[in-house]
Amino acid sequence: MGSERLPLRVWARRSGLKAWLYLLPALLILGVFQIYPVFKSFLMGFYTKFDYLTDTVYEWGLDNFVNLLHDADFALAIQNTCILVVLAAPLSIAVSLVFAVLLNSNIRLRRVFQSIYFLPFVTSMVAVSIAWSWMLNKDFGLVNSVLKLFGISKVAWLTTPDMTIPILVVLAVWKGLGYRVIILLAGLQGIDRRYYAAARVDGARGLSRFFHITIPMLKPTLVFLSITTVIDVFKTFDEVYVMYSNDPGPLKSGLTIVYYIFTKFYRHWEFASAAAASFVLFLMIFAITLLQFLFTSRSRREGRR
Amino acid sequence: MNIRLEHVSKHFKNTVAVDDLSVVIEEGMLICLLGPSGCGKSTTLSMVAGLEPPTQGEIYFGDRPMAHIPVEDRDIGMVFQNYALYPHMTVLENIMFPLKMRRVPRAQRRQRAEEMGEMLQLTELLRRKPGQLSGGQQQRVAIARALVKEPQILLLDEPFSNLDARLRIELREDIRALQKKLGITTVFVTHDQEEAMSISDRILLMRDGRVQQYATPEEMYRRPTNQFTAGFLGNPPINFVPCTYDGEIVTVEGAPDWRLPLDRLRPCREGIAGKAVLGIRPEDLYVAERGFCTAAITAIQPLGKEVYLKLAAGPHQLTACLSWDHDYRVGEELPLAVKQLHLFPARPEEGGGAHGL
Repeated sequence: MGSERLPLRVWARRSGLKAWLYLLPALLILGVFQIYPVFKSFLMGFYTKFDYLTDTVYEWGLDNFVNLLHDADFALAIQNTCILVVLAAPLSIAVSLVFAVLLNSNIRLRRVFQSIYFLPFVTSMVAVSIAWSWMLNKDFGLVNSVLKLFGISKVAWLTTPDMTIPILVVLAVWKGLGYRVIILLAGLQGIDRRYYAAARVDGARGLSRFFHITIPMLKPTLVFLSITTVIDVFKTFDEVYVMYSNDPGPLKSGLTIVYYIFTKFYRHWEFASAAAASFVLFLMIFAITLLQFLFTSRSRREGRR
Repeated sequence: MNIRLEHVSKHFKNTVAVDDLSVVIEEGMLICLLGPSGCGKSTTLSMVAGLEPPTQGEIYFGDRPMAHIPVEDRDIGMVFQNYALYPHMTVLENIMFPLKMRRVPRAQRRQRAEEMGEMLQLTELLRRKPGQLSGGQQQRVAIARALVKEPQILLLDEPFSNLDARLRIELREDIRALQKKLGITTVFVTHDQEEAMSISDRILLMRDGRVQQYATPEEMYRRPTNQFTAGFLGNPPINFVPCTYDGEIVTVEGAPDWRLPLDRLRPCREGIAGKAVLGIRPEDLYVAERGFCTAAITAIQPLGKEVYLKLAAGPHQLTACLSWDHDYRVGEELPLAVKQLHLFPARPEEGGGAHGL
C-alpha cells in the first residue's frame, strides 16, 4: 500500500496540487463570470446571423465592426469619452494629491476629513447621482440658490449641452477622491523623513521639496492611480444614466461608450453590435494601459542604468 | 565661522535629551561629539543643523543667532547616518541638487559637481543611481553633496557606522584631509572613541545630555576630569580600584599594603577626600623589581606586538598591557610598577542608574 501511495504523493507535491486546490474557487469564479464572458463577447462581435436564445450562429463576419465605423453615435460616444478621460483623469489625480498632502501635514481632525473624503466611495453611485441631479436642478437646486447669493443668474445645468462634460468631470473628480486620497496617503507615509531633512539641508524649500522629493518618490503610486483612474473614467455610465433620467444628456452630450453599449444591448437588442463596441472599448483601454506600462518601465530601466 | 551654544537644552516629553549645554566650536576645527547612545549627541547636532529647535538657549553661527533661521538658510552641509541620497537621482544629480536649489546656472553646477566628484574619486560613478553603489561609495557621494555648495559648516552624523572597519579608517582619513584642506568648521557625531581620538581637534564628551569634558584628544586621555571620561576612553579600558584618600596618602581598599608612588598621583581636581577611586591605565603598568604589589596572571590575551594580561592583585582585578618580550604563563607572579595614577572622587551616582534624567 505504502509503496503505491508514495509516488502519488510525490507527484502531488511536485505539481503543486495543493496550491491549485487553494486557487480553484477563485479561479472558477473568475473564469465563469469574468474571463468566459469577455471571451464570449469578443466572439459575439463577429456574429452576423445568429439566434441569441439558442446560441446558434449561422454566419460570421466583420459587419458589426464596419457598422460601428459608420455609426455617428459611436463616433460621438468615443469623442465624449475621450474628452472626459483627458480632462477628468489628470484633474482627479491632481486634486487628490493636493488633499492627500494637506492631510499628510499634521492638521487637526485628520481622521474626520479622511472619513468625509472617503464617503462618496462607499455610497452607491445611483444614490449619489440622484442627489447631484437635485443639487443641479434649475429651479430648486442647491447650486443655483448658492449662485443666487452671489447675484449670478440661474444656470440650466442639466439641459445645457455644454455643461454636461464639466459636470461629469466634477463628478468623476469628487467620486474617487476618498479612494485616491487614501492610496496617496499610504504612498506619502512611505517616504522616509530623512529625504526631507536632507533636502532642507540642501536648501530646498516647501515647493521644491514637493517637486523634487515628494513627486518622484510617489511615482509608483501615481502610476497605479493614473491607470485605475483612466479605466474608471472610460467606464463612466451610471451617473449619466441616473442624472439625465434614462437619457444620454441634452443633445447626446453625455453619450459615453458604455452608454452606447447599453443602448445597443437593452434598447435596440443589437447584441452583436453591443459586443463589438465592448470589444473596441476593451482595445482602447488595453492600448492606453499598455502605453502607460511601457512608458513607466522604460523610465525605470533608465533608472537602473 | 565658529559655532557657539549658550545654555542649550532640549526636552522631549518626559526626558531631557540635552541639559544646559554651553560650548564654543572654533572656526576651522573638527570636533567630535562623543558619548554612549542616548547621550544627546545626535540631538545636539540636529539643533545645530536646525532640524530640531532647542527648548532653551541660543545657538550662534559667528555672531548671528540662529533661533529663527530655518535649515534651508543656515549654509550647512550635512552627511546623514544612512546617507539619505535621493534614490531617484543619479550620483551627479545628487551632487548638483544643492546648487540647483541655489539657482546656480546649469553649466556651472555641472562643472562644480564634476570637480567635487573628481576630488572624491567618483568620476566613474556619476551616471549611476545610489542603489547601484557600495556603502563606501554612497558615503563619498553624501560627502560630495554636503561639500559642493562650499558651506560654512559641515555636520556629520555617525557617517561611518554602516561601513566595515578597513573602509572606515580609509574614509576618516580622507575626511580629515579634506576638512583640513578646506578649513571648514566640522562637527562629527560618533560613539566610537577610537574614531573620535584619531580625527578630532577636540572632543566633546557627553553623557545623559551633559558635557563631561571638552578637550583635545590627548588632554582628555591623559588628564580626564572625571571617572566617566577616564572609563570611556581607552582600549582596553582603564582599571578602577576603590580606595580612600586623606589628601596625602592613598589606601587601597582590601589591600592596604600597596606602596603606591604618590609622586605619580594626579587627582582629577582639588579637594578630593575620603572615598575615592584610583584609575590605572593598562599601559601604565609595567614589570619592575620594586613594584607596588605583586600580581598573579589569570589570563593571557596575545595581540601580536603586545599582550594583555588579566591579573589578580590581592582582591582586585587589573588589566595590564605589556610588550611581548617575555613568555608569560598563567599563574606566574609579577611585581608591578606604575607610571601614572589617576584619582577621582567616588561617584555619588554610582548604582543610581540614569541620574539626571
